[in-house]
Amino acid sequence: MSSISIYPAGDDPGTDFVKLLKRNGQEPFSKDLPGVIDAGHATTVIGIRCNEGIVMAGDRRATSGHLISHRDMQKVFAADRHSAVGIAGAAGPAIQMVRVFQLQLEYYEKIEGKPLSLDGKANQLSEMIRGNLPQAMQGLAVVPIFGGFDLARNAGRLFQFDITGGRYEEQEYAASGSGSLHAGTVIKLGFQKSMSADAALSLAVKALWHAADEDSATGGPDPIRGIYPILAVVSAQGFRQLSDDESAAVFTDLQTELNSDRNKS
Amino acid sequence: MSMPMYVSPEQLMQDRADYARKGIARGRSLVVLEYKDGVAFVADNKSSTLRKVSEIYDRIGFGGVGRYNEFDQLRIAGVRHAELKGFQYSREDVDGRSLANQYAQMLGQIFTHEMKPMEVEIVVAELGVNDANNELYRIQYDGTVVDEHGFCSIGGDAEAVRNRLQDGYSEGLSRNQAIRLATNALADDSRVIQAPALEVAVLEAGVERRCFMRLDDPEVQSALED
Repeated sequence: MSSISIYPAGDDPGTDFVKLLKRNGQEPFSKDLPGVIDAGHATTVIGIRCNEGIVMAGDRRATSGHLISHRDMQKVFAADRHSAVGIAGAAGPAIQMVRVFQLQLEYYEKIEGKPLSLDGKANQLSEMIRGNLPQAMQGLAVVPIFGGFDLARNAGRLFQFDITGGRYEEQEYAASGSGSLHAGTVIKLGFQKSMSADAALSLAVKALWHAADEDSATGGPDPIRGIYPILAVVSAQGFRQLSDDESAAVFTDLQTELNSDRNKS
Repeated sequence: MSMPMYVSPEQLMQDRADYARKGIARGRSLVVLEYKDGVAFVADNKSSTLRKVSEIYDRIGFGGVGRYNEFDQLRIAGVRHAELKGFQYSREDVDGRSLANQYAQMLGQIFTHEMKPMEVEIVVAELGVNDANNELYRIQYDGTVVDEHGFCSIGGDAEAVRNRLQDGYSEGLSRNQAIRLATNALADDSRVIQAPALEVAVLEAGVERRCFMRLDDPEVQSALED
């Protein structure tokens, strides 16, 4: 454990948490390794813009090849009070990236006395993804989505990324992971401008259900174990994750809807 | 050949201490006190951007008086220390006592070995988990640590403020009572401190992990009028 210290002017790590870690002998991300490895993977996460801000949702499955390695994984996290991050890709590096990202945002806020702008947060994440490119080439890609409530613009905003750290702001929805194509199509068909958060959550659950229906790496709802997708809303009031019971209720509504659709024909 | 002038260690330390005390005495005071649900920091500070009170970690707050650039350096060093420790181990392993010790080491080192001592006095407060007691540490310019109970004051008028606090303090105050007591203690009889000239923050357990919360002017005003 390093002792407390004041850095001389000109040699101060500033608001960069990763730099601070490195100065203190910590290496938060793995260095380049030879060869390719197949670690556990996590999929699908989606974000949808709505009246209140954004909603974000993620299934709970992690896979390792054809095996299911984890059933109740969390892929949607509060990045800070007013933003959320959803992860897809190699589970281990993705969770570490979220952890460092969360700490970076909090660290900046404390050192500077005010939080980063939403754009600033998205850029920070973009840098971390870019830094992960060598690992991505070796099979440990991490491609998150990011969104939050922009207090300066008074609106919800969503960002999608590519493996090189490319940052793309989305006006309607963002999706990442192996089931993202299927989920994206469902959202595209159901999306409406100025949806309520509740409507967006229902659409998100529907999109995840269809993704799980088509993609073996995406987990569906599991009523036996009581495992449902992680659902979160980010509004002017901040990040709020729905409880298991609330998520189950959104799924029950979907079940009713899907059943009645089938019985119509 | 010139001989270096001899100065006795006693004299050297005395001069440094006087120097630091003079610097601190020029600034306004700050009060930290426990109340029923938490710990309140109340500072006599007209600026709403140059803060004397800040968040260090989930349950740890910091208050500093004296030279702004020096206690702000200490604040940043504390945030870094806490964040590094939390990253390396876990968030619950970050504690106020260890941070206070680190500050004491650092201030003691600077006091004895550097050209000039830091003209600061700081308080580290930690909100107890569940029913555990809160912890208040007052750390002086020379590295002396005092484990305080209930309330403490630092800054130019600390002794007088402390006496006024002692008269009004009791266990189990409400948050508003605590803020009023602190405000009255900070002001001597010749003046009344208004909400905009106060910097108030509290450590209070709520739903969120981070317990540090600043009160804005209207909130402070309503606490004073309550």
